[in-house]
Formats: sequence, structure tokens, C-alpha cells
Amino acid sequence: MEEIQKDIYKIEKVDLLPIIMEKKNNLWRLCQICCAFVDGEYEVTYSFASGYEIDNYRLVVGKDEQVPSISRVYNSAIYYENEMHELFGLNVEQIKVDFHDKLYRIEETAPFMKKEEEENA
Amino acid sequence: MPKKSVVPFGPQHPVLPEPIHLDLVLEDEKVLQAIPSIGYIHRGLESLVTKKDFQEMAYVAERICGICSFGHGMGYCMTIEEIMQLEVPRRAEYLRTIWMEMSRLHSHLLWLGLLADGFGFEPLFMHSWRLREQILDMFEESTGGRVIFSVNQIGGVKKDMSKEMLADFQKRFDQIEKEVREMTQVFLEDYTVRTRLEGIGILTEEDAIRRGAAGPMARASGIAVDMRKQGYAAYNDMDFEVITSDKCDSYGRCEVRIGEIFQSFDIIRQCIAKIPDTELNVPVKGNPTKGEAFVRLEQPRGEAFYYSRTNGTKFLDRMRVRTPTFANLPALTQTLQGCQYGDVPLLILTIDPCISCTER
Repeated sequence: MEEIQKDIYKIEKVDLLPIIMEKKNNLWRLCQICCAFVDGEYEVTYSFASGYEIDNYRLVVGKDEQVPSISRVYNSAIYYENEMHELFGLNVEQIKVDFHDKLYRIEETAPFMKKEEEENA
Repeated sequence: MPKKSVVPFGPQHPVLPEPIHLDLVLEDEKVLQAIPSIGYIHRGLESLVTKKDFQEMAYVAERICGICSFGHGMGYCMTIEEIMQLEVPRRAEYLRTIWMEMSRLHSHLLWLGLLADGFGFEPLFMHSWRLREQILDMFEESTGGRVIFSVNQIGGVKKDMSKEMLADFQKRFDQIEKEVREMTQVFLEDYTVRTRLEGIGILTEEDAIRRGAAGPMARASGIAVDMRKQGYAAYNDMDFEVITSDKCDSYGRCEVRIGEIFQSFDIIRQCIAKIPDTELNVPVKGNPTKGEAFVRLEQPRGEAFYYSRTNGTKFLDRMRVRTPTFANLPALTQTLQGCQYGDVPLLILTIDPCISCTER
């Protein structure tokens, strides 16, 4: 685990679930999950808060790689993970409640990001 | 054995100011499970970073929502100010705090009105919104807008409030506070209102943490966390305590929001008394350097999370807003489990849902 900026730690995929379990056991709240597509890679940042303290863990994965779901540990991750899949096309493995691209119930084909890239091209 | 049925709730419903859909799994009148789906007003505002430059994104951020618009603009500006290491003048920080608290006032008064409307108390609904209008009038006088204000800019604010205006506002706030105090007695003490709220939609402290609840929803479950205590803007100069309730039910959420209304009046009073005389903004030269910043703000509905990532050009790589309602959706589904079908509208209201914010 490498601290790339204050309170942001870069982690490997194998480290994700042990970190999540530790946070859950210490009653840290899942604050948010943010996905960014930068330089052909996905950056997935998990933020946990305990009171006013915050820790951010960042996973960097390739375009076709899969990310393990944390929704079986943190139920509230369901919405973040479904959203990341629909907006960015990030492959999240085994989300506890998979909305199958219909969290956003609109007549648009997921992922929305790909569509925008096509429009810009 | 009772038969299970799935009843769709929304997206259009008299109690919902904005569209959200819930699939309610019922056993007779009892809700076994609630599955929300959103998206009817998704506008893809975050993805506009590729089309609007970092200055213009302040206007985009404000348009995320019509109620929390000031806070969204401020939260976004704070991320860029952190990346560019700009020191915002103190007067601008005080003005931001005043407008932020005015936003909290009008948002909580709006919520009280919707709650009263939800349980059929029409005069109380009209009274709440009449008082809210007066806050909006003051917004219009000080910023020029009632919904979108556009006074935030990277490095400070665009408009000032004169000494006379602040003195006039103080008198008007005192009068509104007096009227709010009379009105909120009904919310807190009326037998009918209490019957509809007490013991309904229990969310324990542990559940609130596990479900990631934020803002008044979490504070009504005894979690004493209020992002204003981090001391951003002028909050580090303000004397205030985090308002909590240990009731963990809908009444507790109402109690916390009412407490926060009076706290907002008090914070505004402190700001007016202490506001320093400095510049309103610092000049912004060039594009932000490559960097990223996370900012957490206390919006009226709870903790909002802002993230910006810059790449050295005038366009951002990513702008992200996690709104309080998005964080409170899992807590909502928790409170709905086991409730009676008739309580569903009221329980949705108690998270103070803002769907425009949630969907962006």
C-alpha cells in the first residue's frame, strides 16, 4: 500500500477485501466510491469515514479487468457499484443486487461513457 | 400463508416532489423489501467536464440541484481552490457561511412543509412555505437569484452584502425565528403529528453506520457528526454544537432538523457580528496544476462529497459529487423494511430526498 497523496492510498486488488473487512469491523462508514477513467485505465477510489477522519483507497485496473464487489460486506456499495457499471462500464464482479444496467431507468444504453466517446469522435 | 405482492411506488406520487421509483414487496400491508430505482432526471452533469472549463464548471455544479445549489457551487470551488492552493479572503468565507446557512434554513422549511403536506396538515404546510419565501426574498436581494445564485467563484465570491443590508437581514431573521419557533411547537408537540412520527422508521445507530447514512438522518440516530465542525469557510470561528437525537425514528429526524433551523439563525447572527472587511476574492491565474482534491461539506440534507481531478489544462479529468440523498438510499430501504404500506410516503419524506442531486 502506497500513500500517493494525503489520505489517498494506492492498493492492489488482493488487498481490497482485507481492507474492507478491517474497516467494517472497526465500524467505519462507506462514504463513497468514485470511478474515474484516466489514461485508458479505471481508477476506483473507496472512501471510508469514521467521525471526521477519512481514508481513501485507490485501485487502478485495466479497461477489461474486473473489480471485486464489496456489496456483500457493505450493503450500501450496491448503488455505487451499479452506478459505476452504468456510467463508466466498469466490470464489477457479483454485485449483491445487480440492477442489470437499469439503476438509471432511462432509455439509454449503458455504459453512458462509451456513448459520449463515440459522439466526440 | 399470506400472499406476497409487488406494488410499484412512484415515480409519480403526490408525496414525491421529484420522481423516484420503488418496488415494494408486500405481505398484506407489511413491506418486506423495497428496491429503489432512479434515473428519470439523470442529466450527465459530471461528464460535462470534457466540454466546460474549470471556471464554467462552477455554474454546472450549482445546477445539480435547485435547493442545495449554493453548497454544490461552493463545494466544487473548494476542490479547485485546494488544488490551486488559493487562500480565500475571510470576508468571502463569512459570506459563503451566511448563504450556506440561509440555504439550510430554506431547505429545512421546505422539508417541514412537505412533511406537513405528507400527513395532511395543509395550514402547517402553507405556513412553513410562507416563511421559506421570506428567506428566498433575502437570497434574491443579496445574490439576484432565488434558485441559482452564481455568487461563488474560484477564489472567493462575486457579490458583497453591505452593512445596511446585513443589519436589515438581522432584523428580518429575528422576526422569522420568532414565527418559526411558534410553528415548530406544532411539529414537536401536537398529538396528531407525534402519532404519525414517533416509533416510525427506526434506524439504529449501528444500522445508520452500516448503511452509510449521512446528515440529519444519521444525527437522528445518535451519530454526532456534522461536517461543519471540520472548520471550513468561517465555521472555525463559529460557536455551535452538533445537534443529535437518540430517538432513531421519524420524530427524531424532525427534531434534529428543527434544532438545526435555530442553529442556522444563531450562526448567521454570529457571522453578521464578526464579518471582517477584506477583499471578496483572489485572482485566479492560469489553469489548475495537475492534482486532485476531496472536499466534504455539510449540505442541508447531510454530508456531500466533492472530488475534482485536474490535468494541467483548463478541462478537468473528473468531477464527482456524492450527494447526501445517494448516501441515504440504503438507510431508506432499511427503514422501509417491516413498515406498514401507509407509512411509506412519510418514511420517504423523512430522508428529505433530493432526486436531482442524486442523479446529477
